[in-house]
Amino acid sequence: MKLALPKRSDWDDQSIELIIGQLLRIGVLLSAAVVVLGGIIYLVRNGHVIADYTTFRGELSTLRNFDGIFHGVSLLSGRAVVQLGLLLLIATPVARVIFCAFAFFLQKDYLYVVFTLIVLAVLTYSIAGPSLH
Amino acid sequence: MSVLLFTTLLALGSFLAGFLGALTGLGGGVVIVPLLALVFHVDMRYAIGASLVSVIATSSGAAAAYVREGYSNMRIGMFLEIATTLGAIAGALIATHVSTATIAIVFGFVLLYSAYLSIRPQPPHPVDVKQDHLSRVLHLDGDYPTSKGQEHYTVHRIPLGFGLMFGAGTLSGLLGIGSGAVKVLAMDQAMRIPFKVSTTTSNFMIGVTAAASAGVYLARGYIDPGLAMPVVLGAGAGSMLGAKVLVNARTKSLRMVFGAVIVVLGIEMIFNGFTGRL
Repeated sequence: MKLALPKRSDWDDQSIELIIGQLLRIGVLLSAAVVVLGGIIYLVRNGHVIADYTTFRGELSTLRNFDGIFHGVSLLSGRAVVQLGLLLLIATPVARVIFCAFAFFLQKDYLYVVFTLIVLAVLTYSIAGPSLH
Repeated sequence: MSVLLFTTLLALGSFLAGFLGALTGLGGGVVIVPLLALVFHVDMRYAIGASLVSVIATSSGAAAAYVREGYSNMRIGMFLEIATTLGAIAGALIATHVSTATIAIVFGFVLLYSAYLSIRPQPPHPVDVKQDHLSRVLHLDGDYPTSKGQEHYTVHRIPLGFGLMFGAGTLSGLLGIGSGAVKVLAMDQAMRIPFKVSTTTSNFMIGVTAAASAGVYLARGYIDPGLAMPVVLGAGAGSMLGAKVLVNARTKSLRMVFGAVIVVLGIEMIFNGFTGRL
């Protein structure tokens, strides 16, 4: 994949959006690859089990937070690898917001640096906030 | 049903949902939750978790195609994302406190409303060239390419649009959908942003909004990897293909058919919600 990086001087909106588009695509493809990998491990081991999602039990605590997911990945648990892929997917738009903060900073649009940081704070609260302990 | 068969059927269904969602511009998210809940008898909470993650895949996947068109406005997107992400967290927190039957009923009405928007004739867009002071202060004015060259636009009724966006974010977090319909309504009808700019900017915002509620859902155990895997891969691939095949040719008859499907699903969600079966 070719990255059309603009020269430092022309950080105009159009070139920023082009980079963002590519960033999002890379994020989606990367996370999809991890999900596929985990999915294969999961199906090979559990493909014959009877599927039952009719009652809500909530995921195991090991699949709800970063530590648990990383530990599961180190044991090559299919479900944990899929969950890692989903984490990467969730991180993709967050990466876009971080990139925007830099871009607005280079454009010297400080009002939008502030707006972007507010969005980033809300996202951080959601993903790493009090609900993940 | 074995996990292997279940996964295969789910991937196919999600692929179709993502494909049709991209072709009609309605987004695949609106049919994935009813598909999981009504057809596959998946608990609403798991269905919403899987759908929400797939929404991130479909919006990010389609973004590359939209960006090339050069219509989206980053500043409008970022400014309104303050409202949608706050709304998304609120919605996700509400979802963990109300019954699944209530969520099903709300979902049904949102489906009916989306269908109405998709089949209703496009209202004539009043050209409003009056400058808006707040729009200038917030650097929201922009230009977009038309057949007559670059055309300037300004953004109106910003507080109203911001409020509607908070509502769109809440619905997204509560129901696990992108709520593109509400977002376009807020930008198109309230803020008078040109249609092409509002649809592409809305697509950009959907991923960030969904990421805000996904964190809450993950921590509450709503996101099941075995279920989300086929849904995310299917819907993501479907929407990428849909966006590639026909970015502009949103054929009217297809919208009508998809709209009719959504009406049926909406009625069924409401019925099942009231009878307590979801």
